[in-house]
Amino acid sequence: MDSFWSALLEALHLVITLDSDLLEIIGLSMQVTITAVSIACLIGLPIGAAVAAFRFPGRTFLAVLLNAMMGLPPVVVGLLVYLTLSASGPLGPLGLLYTPTAMIIAQTVLVTPIVAALTRQVIEDLNTEYAEQFASMGVRAADRLAALLWDGRYALMTVALAGFGRAIAEVGAVIIVGGNINHVTRVMTTTIALETSKGNLQLALALGFILLVIAFAVNAAVMALRASAVRTAYA
Amino acid sequence: MRDLSPETEGSMSTAPHLAHSPPILTVQDLTFSAQKTVLLNAVSLNIREGSRTLIMGPNGAGKSLLLRLMHGLIKPDAGTITWKGRANASEARRFQSMVFQRPVLLRRSVFANLSFALGVHGLRGKLKADKIRAALHDAGLAHLETRPARVLSGGQQQRLSLVRALATDPEILFLDEPTANLDPASTSAIEQLIMKASARGVTIVLVTHDQGQAKRLGEDLVFLQDGEVAETGPAQTILTAPQSEPVKAWVDGRIYLGSKAGY
Repeated sequence: MDSFWSALLEALHLVITLDSDLLEIIGLSMQVTITAVSIACLIGLPIGAAVAAFRFPGRTFLAVLLNAMMGLPPVVVGLLVYLTLSASGPLGPLGLLYTPTAMIIAQTVLVTPIVAALTRQVIEDLNTEYAEQFASMGVRAADRLAALLWDGRYALMTVALAGFGRAIAEVGAVIIVGGNINHVTRVMTTTIALETSKGNLQLALALGFILLVIAFAVNAAVMALRASAVRTAYA
Repeated sequence: MRDLSPETEGSMSTAPHLAHSPPILTVQDLTFSAQKTVLLNAVSLNIREGSRTLIMGPNGAGKSLLLRLMHGLIKPDAGTITWKGRANASEARRFQSMVFQRPVLLRRSVFANLSFALGVHGLRGKLKADKIRAALHDAGLAHLETRPARVLSGGQQQRLSLVRALATDPEILFLDEPTANLDPASTSAIEQLIMKASARGVTIVLVTHDQGQAKRLGEDLVFLQDGEVAETGPAQTILTAPQSEPVKAWVDGRIYLGSKAGY
Protein backbone atom coordinates (compact mmCIF):
# COMPACT_ATOMS: atom_id res chain seq x y z
CA MET A 1 0.00 0.00 0.00
CA ASP A 2 2.93 2.31 0.83
CA SER A 3 4.39 1.79 -2.61
CA PHE A 4 1.05 2.76 -4.14
CA TRP A 5 0.96 6.08 -2.25
CA SER A 6 4.59 6.81 -2.99
CA ALA A 7 3.93 6.06 -6.63
CA LEU A 8 0.94 8.37 -6.56
CA LEU A 9 2.98 11.16 -4.95
CA GLU A 10 5.70 10.70 -7.54
CA ALA A 11 3.08 10.83 -10.24
CA LEU A 12 1.72 14.11 -8.90
CA HIS A 13 5.28 15.46 -8.73
CA LEU A 14 5.81 14.61 -12.42
CA VAL A 15 2.57 16.32 -13.33
CA ILE A 16 3.16 19.41 -11.21
CA THR A 17 6.75 19.89 -12.39
CA LEU A 18 5.67 19.40 -16.01
CA ASP A 19 8.25 16.70 -16.64
CA SER A 20 9.51 17.06 -20.21
CA ASP A 21 9.32 13.31 -21.01
CA LEU A 22 5.80 13.23 -19.66
CA LEU A 23 4.74 16.22 -21.75
CA GLU A 24 6.27 14.72 -24.87
CA ILE A 25 4.37 11.47 -24.39
CA ILE A 26 1.10 13.27 -23.68
CA GLY A 27 1.61 15.54 -26.68
CA LEU A 28 2.22 12.65 -29.06
CA SER A 29 -0.75 10.72 -27.66
CA MET A 30 -3.06 13.64 -28.22
CA GLN A 31 -1.64 14.36 -31.67
CA VAL A 32 -2.05 10.76 -32.83
CA THR A 33 -5.50 10.33 -31.29
CA ILE A 34 -6.99 13.64 -32.43
CA THR A 35 -5.65 13.18 -35.96
CA ALA A 36 -6.96 9.61 -36.16
CA VAL A 37 -10.39 10.54 -34.80
CA SER A 38 -10.62 13.52 -37.15
CA ILE A 39 -9.83 11.35 -40.18
CA ALA A 40 -12.21 8.65 -38.90
CA CYS A 41 -14.96 11.28 -38.61
CA LEU A 42 -14.29 12.59 -42.11
CA ILE A 43 -14.71 9.06 -43.46
CA GLY A 44 -17.20 7.55 -41.01
CA LEU A 45 -19.73 10.37 -40.67
CA PRO A 46 -20.75 10.50 -44.35
CA ILE A 47 -20.66 6.71 -44.68
CA GLY A 48 -22.86 6.23 -41.61
CA ALA A 49 -25.23 8.99 -42.71
CA ALA A 50 -25.48 7.60 -46.25
CA VAL A 51 -26.29 4.11 -44.97
CA ALA A 52 -28.97 5.64 -42.74
CA ALA A 53 -30.52 7.97 -45.29
CA PHE A 54 -30.35 6.21 -48.65
CA ARG A 55 -31.72 2.95 -50.01
CA PHE A 56 -29.27 1.04 -52.18
CA PRO A 57 -28.38 -2.60 -52.86
CA GLY A 58 -26.22 -4.06 -50.09
CA ARG A 59 -27.32 -1.45 -47.56
CA THR A 60 -28.34 -3.97 -44.92
CA PHE A 61 -25.13 -5.93 -45.41
CA LEU A 62 -23.10 -2.74 -45.01
CA ALA A 63 -24.95 -1.85 -41.82
CA VAL A 64 -24.28 -5.30 -40.37
CA LEU A 65 -20.64 -5.10 -41.46
CA LEU A 66 -20.16 -1.72 -39.79
CA ASN A 67 -21.68 -3.00 -36.57
CA ALA A 68 -19.49 -6.10 -36.69
CA MET A 69 -16.36 -4.03 -37.34
CA MET A 70 -16.98 -2.01 -34.19
CA GLY A 71 -15.50 -4.95 -32.33
CA LEU A 72 -12.35 -5.27 -34.44
CA PRO A 73 -9.54 -6.70 -32.27
CA PRO A 74 -6.82 -4.01 -32.06
CA VAL A 75 -3.95 -6.47 -32.33
CA VAL A 76 -5.42 -7.90 -35.54
CA VAL A 77 -5.75 -4.40 -36.97
CA GLY A 78 -2.20 -3.68 -35.82
CA LEU A 79 -0.96 -6.81 -37.54
CA LEU A 80 -2.77 -6.00 -40.81
CA VAL A 81 -1.45 -2.44 -40.84
CA TYR A 82 2.00 -3.77 -39.96
CA LEU A 83 1.92 -6.18 -42.92
CA THR A 84 0.72 -3.39 -45.20
CA LEU A 85 3.42 -0.97 -44.11
CA SER A 86 6.30 -3.44 -43.67
CA ALA A 87 9.10 -3.48 -46.20
CA SER A 88 7.53 -6.33 -48.15
CA GLY A 89 4.00 -4.89 -47.90
CA PRO A 90 2.19 -2.85 -50.58
CA LEU A 91 2.92 0.45 -48.79
CA GLY A 92 6.39 -0.57 -47.63
CA PRO A 93 8.24 1.89 -49.91
CA LEU A 94 6.57 4.77 -48.05
CA GLY A 95 8.65 3.92 -44.97
CA LEU A 96 5.83 4.61 -42.55
CA LEU A 97 6.32 1.68 -40.19
CA TYR A 98 7.35 2.71 -36.65
CA THR A 99 6.25 6.29 -37.19
CA PRO A 100 3.38 8.27 -35.66
CA THR A 101 1.73 8.13 -39.09
CA ALA A 102 1.53 4.34 -38.85
CA MET A 103 -0.10 4.71 -35.45
CA ILE A 104 -2.60 7.19 -36.89
CA ILE A 105 -3.43 4.75 -39.70
CA ALA A 106 -4.00 1.90 -37.25
CA GLN A 107 -6.19 4.01 -34.98
CA THR A 108 -8.15 5.36 -37.95
CA VAL A 109 -8.88 1.80 -39.09
CA LEU A 110 -10.09 0.96 -35.60
CA VAL A 111 -12.18 4.07 -35.03
CA THR A 112 -13.79 4.58 -38.45
CA PRO A 113 -16.25 1.65 -38.14
CA ILE A 114 -17.23 2.86 -34.67
CA VAL A 115 -17.94 6.35 -35.97
CA ALA A 116 -19.79 5.05 -39.05
CA ALA A 117 -21.94 2.54 -37.16
CA LEU A 118 -22.92 4.95 -34.40
CA THR A 119 -23.54 7.72 -36.95
CA ARG A 120 -25.92 5.41 -38.81
CA GLN A 121 -27.96 4.93 -35.66
CA VAL A 122 -28.10 8.64 -34.87
CA ILE A 123 -28.92 9.72 -38.42
CA GLU A 124 -31.48 6.96 -38.97
CA ASP A 125 -33.73 8.45 -36.28
CA LEU A 126 -33.28 11.96 -37.64
CA ASN A 127 -33.91 10.82 -41.20
CA THR A 128 -37.17 9.17 -40.17
CA GLU A 129 -38.31 12.55 -38.90
CA TYR A 130 -37.06 14.60 -41.86
CA ALA A 131 -37.48 12.24 -44.83
CA GLU A 132 -40.98 13.24 -45.92
CA GLN A 133 -40.32 16.95 -45.46
CA PHE A 134 -37.10 16.73 -47.47
CA ALA A 135 -38.86 14.76 -50.20
CA SER A 136 -41.57 17.41 -50.32
CA MET A 137 -38.99 20.18 -50.57
CA GLY A 138 -37.05 18.34 -53.27
CA VAL A 139 -33.80 18.35 -51.31
CA ARG A 140 -30.96 16.83 -53.33
CA ALA A 141 -29.10 13.81 -51.95
CA ALA A 142 -25.90 15.69 -51.07
CA ASP A 143 -27.82 18.53 -49.40
CA ARG A 144 -29.90 16.00 -47.51
CA LEU A 145 -26.80 14.27 -46.19
CA ALA A 146 -25.23 17.57 -45.19
CA ALA A 147 -28.43 18.72 -43.47
CA LEU A 148 -28.77 15.48 -41.54
CA LEU A 149 -25.17 15.64 -40.38
CA TRP A 150 -25.48 19.29 -39.41
CA ASP A 151 -28.74 18.86 -37.53
CA GLY A 152 -27.38 15.77 -35.82
CA ARG A 153 -24.14 17.52 -34.89
CA TYR A 154 -24.65 17.50 -31.13
CA ALA A 155 -25.57 13.83 -31.04
CA LEU A 156 -22.65 13.13 -33.35
CA MET A 157 -20.28 14.72 -30.85
CA THR A 158 -21.04 11.77 -28.63
CA VAL A 159 -20.13 9.52 -31.55
CA ALA A 160 -16.80 11.28 -31.98
CA LEU A 161 -16.33 10.99 -28.23
CA ALA A 162 -16.78 7.22 -28.42
CA GLY A 163 -14.13 7.17 -31.13
CA PHE A 164 -11.82 9.32 -29.04
CA GLY A 165 -12.27 7.03 -26.06
CA ARG A 166 -11.38 4.00 -28.15
CA ALA A 167 -8.34 5.67 -29.72
CA ILE A 168 -6.81 7.29 -26.64
CA ALA A 169 -7.04 4.04 -24.67
CA GLU A 170 -5.74 1.86 -27.50
CA VAL A 171 -2.46 0.00 -26.97
CA GLY A 172 -2.46 -3.25 -28.97
CA ALA A 173 -2.36 -1.83 -32.51
CA VAL A 174 -0.13 1.18 -31.86
CA ILE A 175 2.53 -0.85 -30.11
CA ILE A 176 2.72 -3.21 -33.13
CA VAL A 177 2.94 -0.51 -35.81
CA GLY A 178 4.65 2.14 -33.68
CA GLY A 179 7.14 -0.02 -31.87
CA ASN A 180 7.01 2.13 -28.71
CA ILE A 181 10.24 3.88 -29.66
CA ASN A 182 11.37 6.45 -27.09
CA HIS A 183 10.93 10.06 -28.27
CA VAL A 184 9.45 8.81 -31.55
CA THR A 185 6.36 6.66 -31.13
CA ARG A 186 5.93 6.37 -27.40
CA VAL A 187 2.43 7.30 -26.29
CA MET A 188 0.66 7.16 -22.94
CA THR A 189 -0.77 3.65 -23.21
CA THR A 190 2.38 2.04 -24.55
CA THR A 191 4.44 3.80 -21.90
CA ILE A 192 2.11 2.59 -19.15
CA ALA A 193 2.49 -0.98 -20.44
CA LEU A 194 6.27 -0.66 -20.70
CA GLU A 195 6.88 1.08 -17.37
CA THR A 196 4.58 -1.32 -15.52
CA SER A 197 6.49 -4.28 -16.94
CA LYS A 198 9.75 -2.62 -15.76
CA GLY A 199 8.31 -2.00 -12.31
CA ASN A 200 8.52 1.79 -12.71
CA LEU A 201 5.06 2.46 -11.35
CA GLN A 202 5.47 6.21 -10.78
CA LEU A 203 5.52 7.18 -14.45
CA ALA A 204 2.93 4.52 -15.32
CA LEU A 205 0.62 5.79 -12.61
CA ALA A 206 1.17 9.43 -13.56
CA LEU A 207 0.23 8.65 -17.14
CA GLY A 208 -2.75 6.58 -16.04
CA PHE A 209 -3.90 9.50 -13.89
CA ILE A 210 -3.52 11.96 -16.77
CA LEU A 211 -5.30 9.61 -19.16
CA LEU A 212 -8.26 9.50 -16.80
CA VAL A 213 -8.27 13.29 -16.39
CA ILE A 214 -8.18 13.83 -20.17
CA ALA A 215 -10.98 11.32 -20.74
CA PHE A 216 -13.05 12.93 -18.00
CA ALA A 217 -12.42 16.48 -19.26
CA VAL A 218 -13.28 15.65 -22.87
CA ASN A 219 -16.44 13.80 -21.80
CA ALA A 220 -17.50 16.62 -19.51
CA ALA A 221 -16.97 19.23 -22.22
CA VAL A 222 -18.97 17.31 -24.81
CA MET A 223 -21.76 16.50 -22.37
CA ALA A 224 -22.00 20.15 -21.32
CA LEU A 225 -22.19 21.24 -24.95
CA ARG A 226 -24.87 18.66 -25.69
CA ALA A 227 -26.88 19.61 -22.61
CA SER A 228 -26.75 23.23 -23.70
CA ALA A 229 -27.94 22.26 -27.17
CA VAL A 230 -30.82 20.23 -25.73
CA ARG A 231 -31.89 23.23 -23.64
CA THR A 232 -32.03 25.40 -26.73
CA ALA A 233 -33.72 22.69 -28.85
CA TYR A 234 -30.85 22.36 -31.27
CA ALA A 235 -30.23 18.70 -30.38
CA MET B 1 -63.82 11.79 -63.85
CA ARG B 2 -65.17 13.87 -60.97
CA ASP B 3 -64.89 17.39 -62.23
CA LEU B 4 -65.05 20.00 -59.51
CA SER B 5 -65.74 22.83 -61.91
CA PRO B 6 -68.95 24.67 -61.04
CA GLU B 7 -70.39 24.14 -64.50
CA THR B 8 -70.79 20.46 -63.84
CA GLU B 9 -71.61 20.54 -60.16
CA GLY B 10 -74.06 23.36 -59.76
CA SER B 11 -73.78 26.75 -58.16
CA MET B 12 -71.03 29.08 -59.29
CA SER B 13 -71.61 31.44 -56.45
CA THR B 14 -68.75 30.15 -54.34
CA ALA B 15 -66.03 30.81 -56.84
CA PRO B 16 -67.16 32.80 -59.85
CA HIS B 17 -63.61 33.83 -60.72
CA LEU B 18 -62.73 30.16 -61.13
CA ALA B 19 -65.59 29.25 -63.41
CA HIS B 20 -63.31 28.72 -66.36
CA SER B 21 -60.09 27.88 -64.54
CA PRO B 22 -58.25 25.03 -66.19
CA PRO B 23 -57.19 22.13 -63.99
CA ILE B 24 -53.68 22.53 -62.62
CA LEU B 25 -53.68 18.99 -61.37
CA THR B 26 -55.75 16.06 -62.60
CA VAL B 27 -56.15 12.77 -60.80
CA GLN B 28 -57.56 9.87 -62.77
CA ASP B 29 -58.54 6.43 -61.49
CA LEU B 30 -56.04 6.63 -58.66
CA THR B 31 -55.79 3.41 -56.71
CA PHE B 32 -53.55 2.60 -53.79
CA SER B 33 -53.41 -0.49 -51.60
CA ALA B 34 -51.35 -1.47 -48.59
CA GLN B 35 -51.20 -4.86 -46.95
CA LYS B 36 -53.92 -6.19 -49.27
CA THR B 37 -56.30 -3.40 -48.23
CA VAL B 38 -57.53 -0.97 -50.84
CA LEU B 39 -57.06 2.48 -49.30
CA LEU B 40 -57.98 4.52 -52.35
CA ASN B 41 -60.14 3.10 -55.11
CA ALA B 42 -60.30 4.68 -58.57
CA VAL B 43 -60.31 8.25 -57.32
CA SER B 44 -60.63 10.86 -60.07
CA LEU B 45 -60.84 14.63 -59.68
CA ASN B 46 -59.59 17.93 -61.03
CA ILE B 47 -57.93 20.65 -58.98
CA ARG B 48 -58.66 23.95 -60.68
CA GLU B 49 -55.88 26.48 -60.97
CA GLY B 50 -56.15 29.14 -58.28
CA SER B 51 -58.88 27.35 -56.38
CA ARG B 52 -59.14 26.39 -52.73
CA THR B 53 -60.07 22.72 -52.67
CA LEU B 54 -60.92 20.98 -49.44
CA ILE B 55 -60.55 17.27 -48.94
CA MET B 56 -62.82 16.06 -46.17
CA GLY B 57 -63.99 12.77 -44.77
CA PRO B 58 -63.74 10.60 -41.70
CA ASN B 59 -60.53 9.15 -40.30
CA GLY B 60 -59.11 6.48 -42.56
CA ALA B 61 -61.00 7.73 -45.60
CA GLY B 62 -57.70 8.29 -47.43
CA LYS B 63 -57.47 12.10 -47.28
CA SER B 64 -53.84 12.42 -46.25
CA LEU B 65 -52.88 9.55 -48.53
CA LEU B 66 -54.55 11.28 -51.48
CA LEU B 67 -52.67 14.48 -50.64
CA ARG B 68 -49.33 12.63 -50.56
CA LEU B 69 -50.10 10.88 -53.83
CA MET B 70 -51.00 14.18 -55.51
CA HIS B 71 -47.76 15.72 -54.20
CA GLY B 72 -45.78 12.76 -55.50
CA LEU B 73 -44.49 11.58 -52.14
CA ILE B 74 -46.01 8.14 -52.76
CA LYS B 75 -46.47 6.28 -56.01
CA PRO B 76 -49.94 4.94 -56.79
CA ASP B 77 -50.61 1.32 -57.69
CA ALA B 78 -52.72 2.44 -60.61
CA GLY B 79 -54.06 5.63 -62.13
CA THR B 80 -52.43 8.84 -63.26
CA ILE B 81 -51.71 12.27 -61.85
CA THR B 82 -51.09 14.98 -64.40
CA TRP B 83 -49.65 18.40 -63.69
CA LYS B 84 -50.81 21.06 -66.13
CA GLY B 85 -51.74 18.38 -68.60
CA ARG B 86 -48.44 16.55 -68.41
CA ALA B 87 -47.54 13.43 -66.47
CA ASN B 88 -46.77 14.48 -62.92
CA ALA B 89 -43.04 14.15 -63.24
CA SER B 90 -40.81 14.71 -60.24
CA GLU B 91 -39.92 18.20 -61.48
CA ALA B 92 -43.53 19.22 -60.86
CA ARG B 93 -42.71 19.10 -57.15
CA ARG B 94 -40.53 22.17 -57.64
CA PHE B 95 -43.74 24.12 -58.08
CA GLN B 96 -45.49 22.51 -55.13
CA SER B 97 -45.21 22.79 -51.35
CA MET B 98 -46.72 20.83 -48.54
CA VAL B 99 -47.47 21.56 -44.89
CA PHE B 100 -47.82 18.51 -42.70
CA GLN B 101 -50.13 18.10 -39.73
CA ARG B 102 -47.15 17.99 -37.41
CA PRO B 103 -44.64 20.64 -38.44
CA VAL B 104 -41.22 19.22 -39.27
CA LEU B 105 -38.71 21.94 -38.46
CA LEU B 106 -34.96 21.67 -38.63
CA ARG B 107 -32.90 21.94 -35.47
CA ARG B 108 -31.95 25.47 -36.39
CA SER B 109 -33.15 29.01 -35.94
CA VAL B 110 -36.35 30.33 -37.50
CA PHE B 111 -34.26 32.23 -40.05
CA ALA B 112 -32.11 29.18 -40.85
CA ASN B 113 -35.19 27.04 -41.46
CA LEU B 114 -36.36 29.41 -44.17
CA SER B 115 -32.83 29.83 -45.46
CA PHE B 116 -32.54 26.09 -45.99
CA ALA B 117 -35.81 25.88 -47.92
CA LEU B 118 -34.90 28.81 -50.17
CA GLY B 119 -31.37 27.46 -50.62
CA VAL B 120 -32.86 24.25 -52.00
CA HIS B 121 -34.58 26.42 -54.60
CA GLY B 122 -31.30 28.08 -55.51
CA LEU B 123 -31.65 31.42 -53.75
CA ARG B 124 -28.47 32.88 -52.29
CA GLY B 125 -27.11 35.95 -50.53
CA LYS B 126 -28.97 39.18 -49.94
CA LEU B 127 -31.89 38.23 -52.14
CA LYS B 128 -32.53 35.22 -49.96
CA ALA B 129 -32.09 37.13 -46.70
CA ASP B 130 -34.44 39.89 -47.85
CA LYS B 131 -37.05 37.37 -48.90
CA ILE B 132 -36.84 35.56 -45.57
CA ARG B 133 -37.24 38.79 -43.58
CA ALA B 134 -40.19 39.88 -45.71
CA ALA B 135 -41.89 36.49 -45.29
CA LEU B 136 -41.36 36.52 -41.53
CA HIS B 137 -42.63 40.07 -41.32
CA ASP B 138 -45.79 39.21 -43.27
CA ALA B 139 -46.46 36.27 -40.97
CA GLY B 140 -45.84 38.24 -37.79
CA LEU B 141 -42.82 36.12 -36.93
CA ALA B 142 -40.09 38.69 -37.52
CA HIS B 143 -39.36 39.07 -33.80
CA LEU B 144 -38.62 35.34 -33.60
CA GLU B 145 -36.04 35.33 -36.39
CA THR B 146 -33.10 34.23 -34.24
CA ARG B 147 -35.02 31.86 -31.98
CA PRO B 148 -34.53 28.11 -32.33
CA ALA B 149 -37.53 26.93 -34.34
CA ARG B 150 -38.29 24.01 -32.07
CA VAL B 151 -38.84 26.13 -28.96
CA LEU B 152 -41.70 28.03 -30.58
CA SER B 153 -45.28 27.31 -29.55
CA GLY B 154 -47.27 24.79 -31.60
CA GLY B 155 -49.12 27.56 -33.42
CA GLN B 156 -45.92 29.47 -34.17
CA GLN B 157 -44.23 26.32 -35.42
CA GLN B 158 -47.09 25.59 -37.78
CA ARG B 159 -47.11 29.21 -38.98
CA LEU B 160 -43.38 28.97 -39.63
CA SER B 161 -43.95 25.72 -41.47
CA LEU B 162 -46.55 27.45 -43.65
CA VAL B 163 -44.31 30.48 -44.22
CA ARG B 164 -41.50 28.12 -45.26
CA ALA B 165 -43.80 26.33 -47.68
CA LEU B 166 -44.96 29.62 -49.21
CA ALA B 167 -41.51 31.23 -49.30
CA THR B 168 -40.56 29.12 -52.31
CA ASP B 169 -43.45 30.62 -54.30
CA PRO B 170 -45.30 27.38 -55.02
CA GLU B 171 -48.08 27.25 -57.58
CA ILE B 172 -49.96 24.76 -55.45
CA LEU B 173 -49.92 24.30 -51.69
CA PHE B 174 -50.98 21.05 -50.06
CA LEU B 175 -51.99 21.32 -46.41
CA ASP B 176 -52.64 18.25 -44.29
CA GLU B 177 -54.82 19.35 -41.37
CA PRO B 178 -52.54 22.28 -40.56
CA THR B 179 -54.75 23.57 -37.75
CA ALA B 180 -55.46 20.27 -36.01
CA ASN B 181 -54.86 20.73 -32.28
CA LEU B 182 -54.35 24.49 -32.59
CA ASP B 183 -56.28 27.07 -30.60
CA PRO B 184 -58.67 29.51 -32.36
CA ALA B 185 -56.12 32.35 -32.47
CA SER B 186 -53.46 30.16 -34.08
CA THR B 187 -56.06 28.66 -36.43
CA SER B 188 -57.11 32.16 -37.47
CA ALA B 189 -53.50 33.19 -38.12
CA ILE B 190 -52.94 30.12 -40.29
CA GLU B 191 -56.18 30.71 -42.20
CA GLN B 192 -55.22 34.32 -42.87
CA LEU B 193 -51.93 33.19 -44.37
CA ILE B 194 -53.76 30.63 -46.50
CA MET B 195 -56.21 33.27 -47.73
CA LYS B 196 -53.36 35.69 -48.52
CA ALA B 197 -51.63 32.98 -50.54
CA SER B 198 -54.89 32.18 -52.30
CA ALA B 199 -55.37 35.84 -53.13
CA ARG B 200 -51.92 35.78 -54.77
CA GLY B 201 -53.13 32.94 -57.00
CA VAL B 202 -51.65 29.97 -55.18
CA THR B 203 -53.84 26.88 -55.61
CA ILE B 204 -54.74 25.50 -52.21
CA VAL B 205 -55.54 21.86 -51.44
CA LEU B 206 -56.46 21.48 -47.79
CA VAL B 207 -57.34 18.41 -45.78
CA THR B 208 -59.56 19.33 -42.84
CA HIS B 209 -62.06 17.85 -40.44
CA ASP B 210 -63.33 21.24 -39.39
CA GLN B 211 -66.70 22.18 -40.94
CA GLY B 212 -66.30 25.76 -39.82
CA GLN B 213 -62.97 25.95 -41.57
CA ALA B 214 -64.51 24.35 -44.62
CA LYS B 215 -67.15 27.09 -44.71
CA ARG B 216 -64.56 29.82 -44.20
CA LEU B 217 -62.00 28.59 -46.72
CA GLY B 218 -63.71 26.22 -49.09
CA GLU B 219 -64.43 26.83 -52.74
CA ASP B 220 -64.36 23.25 -54.00
CA LEU B 221 -64.86 20.20 -51.85
CA VAL B 222 -63.99 16.54 -52.25
CA PHE B 223 -65.56 14.23 -49.69
CA LEU B 224 -63.90 10.86 -49.32
CA GLN B 225 -65.53 7.85 -47.73
CA ASP B 226 -63.76 4.50 -47.47
CA GLY B 227 -61.19 5.46 -50.08
CA GLU B 228 -63.73 6.57 -52.67
CA VAL B 229 -65.09 9.95 -53.68
CA ALA B 230 -68.53 10.22 -52.08
CA GLU B 231 -69.29 13.71 -53.33
CA THR B 232 -67.53 16.62 -55.03
CA GLY B 233 -68.47 20.12 -56.05
CA PRO B 234 -68.66 23.66 -54.69
CA ALA B 235 -68.05 23.56 -50.95
CA GLN B 236 -70.98 25.79 -49.99
CA THR B 237 -73.40 23.65 -52.02
CA ILE B 238 -72.21 20.41 -50.51
CA LEU B 239 -72.13 21.76 -46.98
CA THR B 240 -75.62 23.22 -47.21
CA ALA B 241 -77.33 20.63 -49.40
CA PRO B 242 -75.37 17.39 -49.42
CA GLN B 243 -76.58 14.66 -51.75
CA SER B 244 -74.81 11.53 -50.53
CA GLU B 245 -75.54 9.72 -47.27
CA PRO B 246 -72.01 9.95 -45.85
CA VAL B 247 -71.89 13.71 -46.38
CA LYS B 248 -75.43 14.21 -45.05
CA ALA B 249 -74.44 12.34 -41.90
CA TRP B 250 -71.22 14.34 -41.66
CA VAL B 251 -72.97 17.68 -42.03
CA ASP B 252 -75.68 16.66 -39.55
CA GLY B 253 -73.09 15.47 -37.07
CA ARG B 254 -74.39 11.92 -37.14
CA ILE B 255 -72.16 8.86 -37.02
CA TYR B 256 -71.99 7.14 -40.37
CA LEU B 257 -70.69 3.60 -40.26
CA GLY B 258 -70.80 2.91 -43.97
CA SER B 259 -73.47 1.68 -46.34
CA LYS B 260 -73.23 -1.91 -45.12
CA ALA B 261 -73.39 -1.09 -41.41
CA GLY B 262 -75.96 1.66 -41.64
CA TYR B 263 -75.61 4.94 -39.86
